[in-house]
Amino acid sequence: MELFRIILLGFLVVCAISVSLSRKLLNSILIYMSYSLVVSVIWILLESPDLAITEAAVGAGITSVLFFVTLKKIHAIQEKEGEDKDERKSS
Amino acid sequence: MSVKVPEEKYKKTRSYRFRQWLDGTKDPYLDTVEMKPQEVFQEDEVVVEKRKEEKKEMLRRVYDVEHNAKIRVFRRVYRIVSVLFCISLVFVLLTAVSHMPQFGNADNPVNNEVSERYIESGLQETGAVNIVTGMILDYRAFDTLGESHVLFIATCTVLILLRSDKKKGKDSIADMEANDRIYEPKNDIILQTVARILVPPILIFGIYIILGGHLGPGGGFSGGAVIGAGLILYLNAFGFAKTERFFTAKMYKWMSFGALACYALAKSYSFYTGANHIESVIPLGTPGAILSSGLILLLNICVGIVVAGTMYTFYVMFRKGGY
Repeated sequence: MELFRIILLGFLVVCAISVSLSRKLLNSILIYMSYSLVVSVIWILLESPDLAITEAAVGAGITSVLFFVTLKKIHAIQEKEGEDKDERKSS
Repeated sequence: MSVKVPEEKYKKTRSYRFRQWLDGTKDPYLDTVEMKPQEVFQEDEVVVEKRKEEKKEMLRRVYDVEHNAKIRVFRRVYRIVSVLFCISLVFVLLTAVSHMPQFGNADNPVNNEVSERYIESGLQETGAVNIVTGMILDYRAFDTLGESHVLFIATCTVLILLRSDKKKGKDSIADMEANDRIYEPKNDIILQTVARILVPPILIFGIYIILGGHLGPGGGFSGGAVIGAGLILYLNAFGFAKTERFFTAKMYKWMSFGALACYALAKSYSFYTGANHIESVIPLGTPGAILSSGLILLLNICVGIVVAGTMYTFYVMFRKGGY
Protein backbone atom coordinates (compact mmCIF):
# COMPACT_ATOMS: atom_id res chain seq x y z
CA MET A 1 0.00 0.00 0.00
CA GLU A 2 2.82 2.34 0.86
CA LEU A 3 4.44 1.64 -2.50
CA PHE A 4 1.15 2.28 -4.30
CA ARG A 5 0.82 5.61 -2.52
CA ILE A 6 4.35 6.63 -3.43
CA ILE A 7 3.74 5.72 -7.08
CA LEU A 8 0.57 7.83 -7.12
CA LEU A 9 2.28 10.81 -5.51
CA GLY A 10 5.19 10.54 -7.92
CA PHE A 11 2.74 10.45 -10.81
CA LEU A 12 1.21 13.66 -9.46
CA VAL A 13 4.58 15.40 -9.47
CA VAL A 14 5.33 14.23 -13.01
CA CYS A 15 1.89 15.39 -14.17
CA ALA A 16 2.22 18.78 -12.52
CA ILE A 17 5.57 19.43 -14.17
CA SER A 18 4.55 18.16 -17.59
CA VAL A 19 1.36 20.27 -17.63
CA SER A 20 3.43 23.40 -17.56
CA LEU A 21 6.09 22.08 -19.94
CA SER A 22 3.91 20.64 -22.68
CA ARG A 23 3.70 22.77 -25.79
CA LYS A 24 0.19 21.92 -26.92
CA LEU A 25 -2.71 23.22 -24.85
CA LEU A 26 -4.74 20.11 -25.65
CA ASN A 27 -2.08 17.87 -24.12
CA SER A 28 -1.97 20.06 -21.03
CA ILE A 29 -5.68 19.60 -20.52
CA LEU A 30 -5.46 15.82 -20.93
CA ILE A 31 -2.61 15.63 -18.44
CA TYR A 32 -4.56 17.82 -16.05
CA MET A 33 -7.50 15.44 -16.38
CA SER A 34 -5.38 12.44 -15.42
CA TYR A 35 -3.97 14.49 -12.54
CA SER A 36 -7.50 14.98 -11.20
CA LEU A 37 -8.28 11.30 -11.53
CA VAL A 38 -5.17 10.32 -9.56
CA VAL A 39 -6.03 12.93 -6.92
CA SER A 40 -9.47 11.35 -6.54
CA VAL A 41 -7.85 7.94 -5.98
CA ILE A 42 -5.65 9.56 -3.34
CA TRP A 43 -8.74 11.02 -1.64
CA ILE A 44 -10.13 7.48 -1.38
CA LEU A 45 -6.85 6.31 0.17
CA LEU A 46 -7.12 9.17 2.67
CA GLU A 47 -10.62 7.90 3.56
CA SER A 48 -12.68 10.77 2.27
CA PRO A 49 -14.99 9.30 -0.40
CA ASP A 50 -17.13 12.44 -0.44
CA LEU A 51 -14.27 14.45 -1.84
CA ALA A 52 -13.29 11.64 -4.20
CA ILE A 53 -16.69 11.69 -5.91
CA THR A 54 -16.64 15.46 -6.24
CA GLU A 55 -13.07 15.49 -7.53
CA ALA A 56 -13.83 12.86 -10.15
CA ALA A 57 -16.98 14.63 -11.33
CA VAL A 58 -15.79 18.22 -11.23
CA GLY A 59 -12.02 18.01 -11.71
CA ALA A 60 -11.79 15.24 -14.26
CA GLY A 61 -15.17 15.70 -15.89
CA ILE A 62 -16.60 19.15 -16.07
CA THR A 63 -13.53 21.36 -15.72
CA SER A 64 -11.74 19.65 -18.59
CA VAL A 65 -14.86 19.74 -20.75
CA LEU A 66 -15.09 23.47 -20.11
CA PHE A 67 -11.41 23.81 -21.05
CA PHE A 68 -12.00 21.93 -24.30
CA VAL A 69 -14.95 24.13 -25.19
CA THR A 70 -12.95 27.25 -24.41
CA LEU A 71 -10.10 26.06 -26.64
CA LYS A 72 -12.59 25.49 -29.42
CA LYS A 73 -14.09 28.91 -28.89
CA ILE A 74 -10.75 30.69 -29.17
CA HIS A 75 -9.78 28.53 -32.19
CA ALA A 76 -6.86 26.86 -30.41
CA ILE A 77 -7.99 23.45 -31.67
CA GLN A 78 -9.31 23.28 -35.17
CA GLU A 79 -10.45 20.41 -37.25
CA LYS A 80 -8.68 20.42 -40.56
CA GLU A 81 -11.11 19.02 -43.05
CA GLY A 82 -8.50 18.07 -45.61
CA GLU A 83 -6.52 15.99 -43.15
CA ASP A 84 -9.66 14.35 -41.91
CA LYS A 85 -10.61 13.21 -45.39
CA ASP A 86 -7.11 11.92 -46.08
CA GLU A 87 -7.17 9.85 -42.93
CA ARG A 88 -10.48 8.34 -43.89
CA LYS A 89 -9.16 7.40 -47.30
CA SER A 90 -6.05 5.78 -45.91
CA SER A 91 -8.05 3.82 -43.35
CA MET B 1 -62.68 48.53 -1.81
CA SER B 2 -61.21 49.12 -5.18
CA VAL B 3 -61.95 52.12 -7.35
CA LYS B 4 -61.91 51.86 -11.08
CA VAL B 5 -59.50 54.47 -12.40
CA PRO B 6 -60.19 55.94 -15.84
CA GLU B 7 -57.60 55.10 -18.45
CA GLU B 8 -56.21 58.63 -18.93
CA LYS B 9 -55.64 58.95 -15.23
CA TYR B 10 -53.99 55.55 -15.07
CA LYS B 11 -51.63 56.45 -17.88
CA LYS B 12 -50.24 59.29 -15.80
CA THR B 13 -49.37 57.09 -12.84
CA ARG B 14 -45.91 55.85 -12.14
CA SER B 15 -46.90 52.18 -12.18
CA TYR B 16 -48.11 52.47 -15.77
CA ARG B 17 -44.79 53.96 -16.87
CA PHE B 18 -42.88 51.31 -14.95
CA ARG B 19 -44.97 48.65 -16.62
CA GLN B 20 -44.22 50.11 -20.02
CA TRP B 21 -40.53 50.23 -19.26
CA LEU B 22 -40.67 46.62 -18.05
CA ASP B 23 -42.44 45.45 -21.19
CA GLY B 24 -40.02 47.35 -23.38
CA THR B 25 -42.79 49.17 -25.21
CA LYS B 26 -41.46 52.55 -24.18
CA ASP B 27 -37.95 53.71 -23.53
CA PRO B 28 -37.97 56.58 -21.02
CA TYR B 29 -34.76 57.99 -22.50
CA LEU B 30 -36.02 58.05 -26.05
CA ASP B 31 -37.18 61.65 -26.25
CA THR B 32 -35.42 63.17 -23.28
CA VAL B 33 -31.82 62.20 -24.03
CA GLU B 34 -30.23 63.26 -27.29
CA MET B 35 -28.87 60.30 -29.18
CA LYS B 36 -26.77 60.44 -32.31
CA PRO B 37 -26.17 57.47 -34.53
CA GLN B 38 -22.54 56.41 -34.45
CA GLU B 39 -20.47 57.48 -37.45
CA VAL B 40 -18.63 54.88 -39.43
CA PHE B 41 -14.91 55.18 -38.78
CA GLN B 42 -13.05 56.31 -41.91
CA GLU B 43 -9.56 57.53 -42.64
CA ASP B 44 -7.73 58.30 -45.84
CA GLU B 45 -4.89 56.21 -47.20
CA VAL B 46 -2.11 58.68 -46.47
CA VAL B 47 -2.84 58.59 -42.78
CA VAL B 48 -2.96 54.79 -42.84
CA GLU B 49 0.42 54.59 -44.57
CA LYS B 50 1.92 57.05 -42.14
CA ARG B 51 0.60 55.15 -39.17
CA LYS B 52 1.97 51.85 -40.45
CA GLU B 53 5.36 53.43 -41.02
CA GLU B 54 5.38 54.85 -37.53
CA LYS B 55 4.42 51.52 -36.05
CA LYS B 56 7.23 49.74 -37.92
CA GLU B 57 9.74 52.33 -36.80
CA MET B 58 8.57 52.07 -33.24
CA LEU B 59 8.76 48.28 -33.24
CA ARG B 60 12.25 48.43 -34.76
CA ARG B 61 13.46 50.77 -32.06
CA VAL B 62 11.81 48.90 -29.21
CA TYR B 63 12.77 45.38 -30.19
CA ASP B 64 16.12 46.11 -31.72
CA VAL B 65 17.93 43.64 -29.55
CA GLU B 66 21.33 43.94 -31.20
CA HIS B 67 21.69 47.64 -30.56
CA ASN B 68 19.48 48.10 -27.57
CA ALA B 69 21.55 46.91 -24.64
CA LYS B 70 18.83 47.57 -22.14
CA ILE B 71 16.43 45.08 -23.64
CA ARG B 72 19.13 42.45 -24.01
CA VAL B 73 20.08 42.76 -20.38
CA PHE B 74 16.45 42.84 -19.33
CA ARG B 75 15.62 39.63 -21.17
CA ARG B 76 18.49 37.73 -19.62
CA VAL B 77 17.82 39.06 -16.15
CA TYR B 78 14.12 38.26 -16.58
CA ARG B 79 14.82 34.61 -17.32
CA ILE B 80 17.23 34.21 -14.45
CA VAL B 81 14.96 36.00 -12.00
CA SER B 82 11.92 33.97 -13.02
CA VAL B 83 13.75 30.69 -12.49
CA LEU B 84 15.10 31.93 -9.16
CA PHE B 85 11.63 33.08 -8.14
CA CYS B 86 10.10 29.69 -8.95
CA ILE B 87 12.80 27.84 -7.04
CA SER B 88 12.45 30.08 -4.00
CA LEU B 89 8.66 29.71 -4.09
CA VAL B 90 8.96 25.93 -4.20
CA PHE B 91 11.44 26.11 -1.33
CA VAL B 92 9.16 28.28 0.81
CA LEU B 93 6.13 26.08 0.19
CA LEU B 94 8.04 22.88 0.91
CA THR B 95 9.41 24.27 4.18
CA ALA B 96 5.90 25.33 5.18
CA VAL B 97 4.60 21.84 4.43
CA SER B 98 7.44 20.17 6.32
CA HIS B 99 6.55 22.19 9.44
CA MET B 100 2.97 21.01 9.32
CA PRO B 101 1.96 18.33 11.86
CA GLN B 102 2.01 14.75 10.69
CA PHE B 103 -1.09 13.47 8.94
CA GLY B 104 -3.38 11.45 11.20
CA ASN B 105 -1.52 12.21 14.40
CA ALA B 106 -3.70 12.21 17.52
CA ASP B 107 -2.07 15.32 19.00
CA ASN B 108 -2.80 17.50 15.99
CA PRO B 109 -4.45 20.86 16.67
CA VAL B 110 -7.29 19.77 14.36
CA ASN B 111 -8.47 17.27 16.96
CA ASN B 112 -9.94 19.80 19.37
CA GLU B 113 -13.28 20.04 21.12
CA VAL B 114 -15.12 21.16 17.96
CA SER B 115 -14.53 18.02 15.96
CA GLU B 116 -15.02 15.99 19.13
CA ARG B 117 -18.48 17.46 19.48
CA TYR B 118 -19.25 16.78 15.81
CA ILE B 119 -18.20 13.18 16.09
CA GLU B 120 -19.80 12.43 19.44
CA SER B 121 -23.15 14.16 19.23
CA GLY B 122 -23.50 14.74 15.50
CA LEU B 123 -25.75 11.73 15.01
CA GLN B 124 -28.22 12.77 17.73
CA GLU B 125 -28.31 16.42 16.80
CA THR B 126 -28.54 16.19 13.03
CA GLY B 127 -29.75 12.64 12.46
CA ALA B 128 -27.37 12.15 9.54
CA VAL B 129 -25.31 8.95 9.48
CA ASN B 130 -22.73 10.65 7.27
CA ILE B 131 -21.00 13.08 9.61
CA VAL B 132 -19.62 15.16 6.74
CA THR B 133 -23.08 15.90 5.39
CA GLY B 134 -24.34 16.64 8.87
CA MET B 135 -21.53 19.10 9.27
CA ILE B 136 -21.84 20.97 5.99
CA LEU B 137 -25.64 21.05 5.84
CA ASP B 138 -26.51 21.46 9.49
CA TYR B 139 -23.74 22.93 11.62
CA ARG B 140 -22.28 24.94 8.77
CA ALA B 141 -25.25 25.30 6.47
CA PHE B 142 -24.69 29.03 6.18
CA ASP B 143 -21.40 28.38 4.35
CA THR B 144 -23.11 26.03 1.93
CA LEU B 145 -25.80 28.63 1.23
CA GLY B 146 -23.01 31.07 0.36
CA GLU B 147 -21.39 28.48 -1.92
CA SER B 148 -24.63 27.93 -3.82
CA HIS B 149 -24.98 31.66 -4.28
CA VAL B 150 -21.40 31.91 -5.52
CA LEU B 151 -22.24 29.34 -8.19
CA PHE B 152 -25.38 31.23 -9.14
CA ILE B 153 -23.49 34.54 -9.37
CA ALA B 154 -20.77 32.90 -11.44
CA THR B 155 -23.38 31.70 -13.92
CA CYS B 156 -24.91 35.18 -14.04
CA THR B 157 -21.50 36.64 -14.85
CA VAL B 158 -20.84 34.08 -17.57
CA LEU B 159 -24.30 34.80 -18.94
CA ILE B 160 -23.56 38.51 -19.09
CA LEU B 161 -20.14 38.01 -20.71
CA LEU B 162 -20.96 35.31 -23.25
CA ARG B 163 -24.60 35.90 -24.11
CA SER B 164 -25.23 35.95 -27.83
CA ASP B 165 -26.97 39.11 -28.90
CA LYS B 166 -30.01 38.11 -30.87
CA LYS B 167 -30.75 41.60 -32.18
CA LYS B 168 -27.91 41.40 -34.72
CA GLY B 169 -28.61 40.11 -38.18
CA LYS B 170 -28.99 36.38 -37.90
CA ASP B 171 -27.87 35.50 -41.39
CA SER B 172 -24.44 37.12 -41.35
CA ILE B 173 -21.51 34.82 -42.02
CA ALA B 174 -19.77 35.70 -38.78
CA ASP B 175 -22.88 34.77 -36.92
CA MET B 176 -23.16 31.43 -38.67
CA GLU B 177 -19.52 30.71 -37.98
CA ALA B 178 -19.98 31.54 -34.34
CA ASN B 179 -22.88 29.18 -33.88
CA ASP B 180 -22.49 25.49 -33.23
CA ARG B 181 -26.09 24.79 -34.07
CA ILE B 182 -25.45 24.77 -37.79
CA TYR B 183 -23.92 21.33 -37.37
CA GLU B 184 -27.20 19.91 -36.19
CA PRO B 185 -28.92 17.49 -36.36
CA LYS B 186 -26.08 15.32 -35.25
CA ASN B 187 -25.47 11.94 -36.80
CA ASP B 188 -22.58 10.54 -34.78
CA ILE B 189 -23.73 6.95 -34.35
CA ILE B 190 -20.96 5.87 -31.98
CA LEU B 191 -21.51 8.81 -29.64
CA GLN B 192 -25.28 8.47 -29.78
CA THR B 193 -25.23 4.76 -28.97
CA VAL B 194 -22.82 5.29 -26.10
CA ALA B 195 -24.89 8.18 -24.79
CA ARG B 196 -28.11 6.20 -25.05
CA ILE B 197 -26.57 3.47 -22.89
CA LEU B 198 -24.61 5.68 -20.49
CA VAL B 199 -26.80 8.71 -19.80
CA PRO B 200 -29.61 7.00 -17.83
CA PRO B 201 -27.20 5.25 -15.40
CA ILE B 202 -25.25 8.49 -14.96
CA LEU B 203 -28.38 10.48 -14.15
CA ILE B 204 -29.68 7.78 -11.80
CA PHE B 205 -26.29 7.59 -10.09
CA GLY B 206 -26.34 11.35 -9.60
CA ILE B 207 -29.84 11.21 -8.11
CA TYR B 208 -28.71 8.36 -5.86
CA ILE B 209 -25.74 10.40 -4.65
CA ILE B 210 -28.00 13.36 -3.88
CA LEU B 211 -30.72 11.36 -2.12
CA GLY B 212 -28.27 9.21 -0.19
CA GLY B 213 -26.13 12.16 0.87
CA HIS B 214 -27.02 11.83 4.54
CA LEU B 215 -26.56 8.05 4.58
CA GLY B 216 -23.28 7.54 2.77
CA PRO B 217 -20.60 9.40 0.87
CA GLY B 218 -21.98 12.00 -1.46
CA GLY B 219 -24.24 14.99 -1.24
CA GLY B 220 -25.75 17.77 -3.22
CA PHE B 221 -22.62 19.16 -4.80
CA SER B 222 -21.10 15.92 -6.10
CA GLY B 223 -24.44 14.51 -7.20
CA GLY B 224 -25.30 17.72 -8.99
CA ALA B 225 -21.96 17.67 -10.77
CA VAL B 226 -22.56 14.07 -11.91
CA ILE B 227 -26.02 14.97 -13.23
CA GLY B 228 -24.58 18.01 -14.98
CA ALA B 229 -21.95 15.83 -16.66
CA GLY B 230 -24.67 13.43 -17.81
CA LEU B 231 -26.67 16.30 -19.29
CA ILE B 232 -23.57 17.59 -21.11
CA LEU B 233 -23.00 14.13 -22.62
CA TYR B 234 -26.63 14.00 -23.73
CA LEU B 235 -26.37 17.46 -25.28
CA ASN B 236 -23.22 16.50 -27.15
CA ALA B 237 -24.79 13.37 -28.57
CA PHE B 238 -28.22 14.63 -29.54
CA GLY B 239 -27.86 18.38 -29.94
CA PHE B 240 -29.78 21.37 -28.71
CA ALA B 241 -33.06 20.46 -30.35
CA LYS B 242 -33.61 17.60 -27.94
CA THR B 243 -32.31 19.18 -24.76
CA GLU B 244 -34.25 22.38 -25.23
CA ARG B 245 -37.44 20.40 -24.86
CA PHE B 246 -36.80 20.18 -21.14
CA PHE B 247 -34.00 22.62 -20.34
CA THR B 248 -33.91 26.22 -21.48
CA ALA B 249 -32.43 29.41 -20.04
CA LYS B 250 -35.77 30.37 -18.56
CA MET B 251 -36.12 26.96 -16.98
CA TYR B 252 -32.66 27.30 -15.46
CA LYS B 253 -33.52 30.69 -14.03
CA TRP B 254 -36.65 29.45 -12.33
CA MET B 255 -35.01 26.22 -11.22
CA SER B 256 -32.09 27.84 -9.46
CA PHE B 257 -34.25 30.65 -8.09
CA GLY B 258 -36.65 28.11 -6.64
CA ALA B 259 -33.89 25.95 -5.21
CA LEU B 260 -32.03 28.88 -3.64
CA ALA B 261 -35.22 30.35 -2.19
CA CYS B 262 -36.21 26.96 -0.83
CA TYR B 263 -32.78 26.56 0.74
CA ALA B 264 -32.87 30.02 2.29
CA LEU B 265 -36.38 29.50 3.68
CA ALA B 266 -35.61 26.07 5.14
CA LYS B 267 -32.39 27.27 6.66
CA SER B 268 -33.85 30.48 8.08
CA TYR B 269 -36.51 28.36 9.74
CA SER B 270 -33.91 26.23 11.45
CA PHE B 271 -31.80 29.28 12.34
CA TYR B 272 -34.88 30.93 13.84
CA THR B 273 -35.81 27.93 15.93
CA GLY B 274 -32.21 27.35 16.93
CA ALA B 275 -31.55 30.92 18.00
CA ASN B 276 -34.74 31.16 20.05
CA HIS B 277 -34.41 27.68 21.57
CA ILE B 278 -37.70 26.53 20.08
CA GLU B 279 -38.11 22.85 19.39
CA SER B 280 -38.12 22.21 15.66
CA VAL B 281 -41.33 20.65 14.36
CA ILE B 282 -39.50 18.60 11.76
CA PRO B 283 -38.72 15.14 13.15
CA LEU B 284 -35.20 13.81 12.86
CA GLY B 285 -36.43 10.31 12.11
CA THR B 286 -34.52 7.08 12.59
CA PRO B 287 -30.91 7.40 11.49
CA GLY B 288 -30.27 5.28 8.41
CA ALA B 289 -33.71 5.65 6.86
CA ILE B 290 -33.94 7.72 3.71
CA LEU B 291 -36.55 10.08 5.16
CA SER B 292 -34.51 11.05 8.16
CA SER B 293 -32.23 13.80 9.47
CA GLY B 294 -34.75 16.61 9.24
CA LEU B 295 -34.07 19.20 6.57
CA ILE B 296 -30.82 17.75 5.25
CA LEU B 297 -32.48 15.75 2.47
CA LEU B 298 -34.36 18.83 1.23
CA LEU B 299 -31.20 20.97 1.37
CA ASN B 300 -29.25 18.30 -0.51
CA ILE B 301 -31.86 18.26 -3.27
CA CYS B 302 -31.76 22.07 -3.52
CA VAL B 303 -27.98 22.19 -3.76
CA GLY B 304 -28.04 19.37 -6.29
CA ILE B 305 -30.51 21.21 -8.53
CA VAL B 306 -28.47 24.41 -8.42
CA VAL B 307 -25.18 22.64 -9.16
CA ALA B 308 -26.55 20.49 -11.98
CA GLY B 309 -28.16 23.50 -13.65
CA THR B 310 -25.04 25.58 -13.21
CA MET B 311 -22.70 22.98 -14.72
CA TYR B 312 -24.96 22.47 -17.72
CA THR B 313 -25.43 26.21 -18.21
CA PHE B 314 -21.69 26.82 -18.04
CA TYR B 315 -21.17 24.32 -20.81
CA VAL B 316 -23.95 25.77 -22.96
CA MET B 317 -22.68 29.30 -22.49
CA PHE B 318 -19.11 28.36 -23.37
CA ARG B 319 -20.30 26.71 -26.57
CA LYS B 320 -20.49 28.86 -29.64
CA GLY B 321 -23.95 30.29 -30.05
CA GLY B 322 -25.02 29.97 -26.45
CA TYR B 323 -28.58 29.37 -25.41
